[in-house]
Amino acid sequence: MNLDFQQFIPSLPYILKGIGVTLQIVSMAGILGFVLGIILSFFKISRFKFLGWIADAYTSVFRGTPLVLQLMLIYYGSPQLIGYKIDPSTAAVLSFGLNSAAYISEIIRAGILAVDKGQSEAAMALGVPYRPAMMDIILPQAMKNILPALMNEFITLTKESAIVTVIGVTDVMRRAYIVGGEKFSYFEPILIAGLIYYIMVMILTVLGKGIERRMRRSD
Amino acid sequence: MIKVDNLHKHFGKLEVLKGISTSIQNGEVVAIIGPSGSGKSTFLRCINLLEVPTDGRIMINGKDITDKSTNIMKVRQNVGMVFQHFHLFPHKTVLQNLTYAPMKVKGLSKSDAEKTGLELLEKVGLSAKAHEYPNRLSGGQKQRVAIARALAMEPDVMLFDEPTSALDPEMVKEVLDVMKNLAHTGMTMAIVTHEMGFAREVADRVLFLDGGVLVEDSPPEEFFSNPKSERARDFLQKML
Repeated sequence: MNLDFQQFIPSLPYILKGIGVTLQIVSMAGILGFVLGIILSFFKISRFKFLGWIADAYTSVFRGTPLVLQLMLIYYGSPQLIGYKIDPSTAAVLSFGLNSAAYISEIIRAGILAVDKGQSEAAMALGVPYRPAMMDIILPQAMKNILPALMNEFITLTKESAIVTVIGVTDVMRRAYIVGGEKFSYFEPILIAGLIYYIMVMILTVLGKGIERRMRRSD
Repeated sequence: MIKVDNLHKHFGKLEVLKGISTSIQNGEVVAIIGPSGSGKSTFLRCINLLEVPTDGRIMINGKDITDKSTNIMKVRQNVGMVFQHFHLFPHKTVLQNLTYAPMKVKGLSKSDAEKTGLELLEKVGLSAKAHEYPNRLSGGQKQRVAIARALAMEPDVMLFDEPTSALDPEMVKEVLDVMKNLAHTGMTMAIVTHEMGFAREVADRVLFLDGGVLVEDSPPEEFFSNPKSERARDFLQKML
């Protein structure tokens, strides 16, 4: 095996710049997915069956089709859907955000249902209305339990973001591919990209562990 | 004053309460006893609408709480409840457990709520634990905090649902003592309990439920020394 990393050193800054692109897409999609996921999870536990039905249908569609297909649908479909072509990175944020919301809503729903029913009864008995009881009592406890699953979802999102390559967003993956094309040698730059993704995921993991420790203070 | 009129509660096909009528005067302490499955907890939970009655009426201070137009949240603010398993908020400190509802529901300022909270903690003998999390407390301490939490809303009535049943025997007394003190302050109390000694000593009246029916309603001396019904005699024989 003859690996020659030497020739890629000049291209390294170019590849590393992709980290910013990747992080931007992932963080924005993560926020979108989280907020929408909370809303959908409330729909799922709602007394109004209709809302639950909508949220279940949503989850079913986004979980039942490939992410890369959703990405391409949103990117290439935008001219027909809204009349103009959206930016590739916007399409990426939208599709990843909408997709993760489907998964996150399931995680949060399960987390809320796992909180002891006595907690909401105690809040009710004190005269606390549903919404603040949910926000201040139930959700914080649910979050603590679902944090590992949520971190998992964000890690998946970070790695899966590499598929934006197919619509031409110059993230880490795409840049590695471009550099490989210039030098007619793909192996090394893609290995470099792999290392970058791995380090990003490790940082996320450490971050998650830290948050978990903080949240377990009350144990 | 609480007035219960022909209260029925069904869970699906199961009829748990079969027409209960009674009343509790202001300042009265009523012990509700009976075998398990007799409906005593359900009866208690109907009084703050944690269970919605299937039929019948419950009036608290002249207000029909079973009426659709009644604001349930307002009712609950005046009816404190203490649970068998405490249900303290585990992610909040002891003091935050006490201040949360008064601040959120009554709009008290943080300093006012904390002042009242600390006073209540002193009354239940737990001032030193104000900034601990509930998981650091013993069962008896948790239940005393739960009582203080309910009192922080300044309720007119306090409901106790088997408050000592989940406690180790050596912790029962500290909780009963707190309840005894509370009874002496003139609080209206309804207590579902298996502590016969406590019922006898503290209660003004004993309600004996069996099979969803109010079988006896009498002063404790009378109930414990000379129960009228066969079922109460049976029950007491097993308990004592």
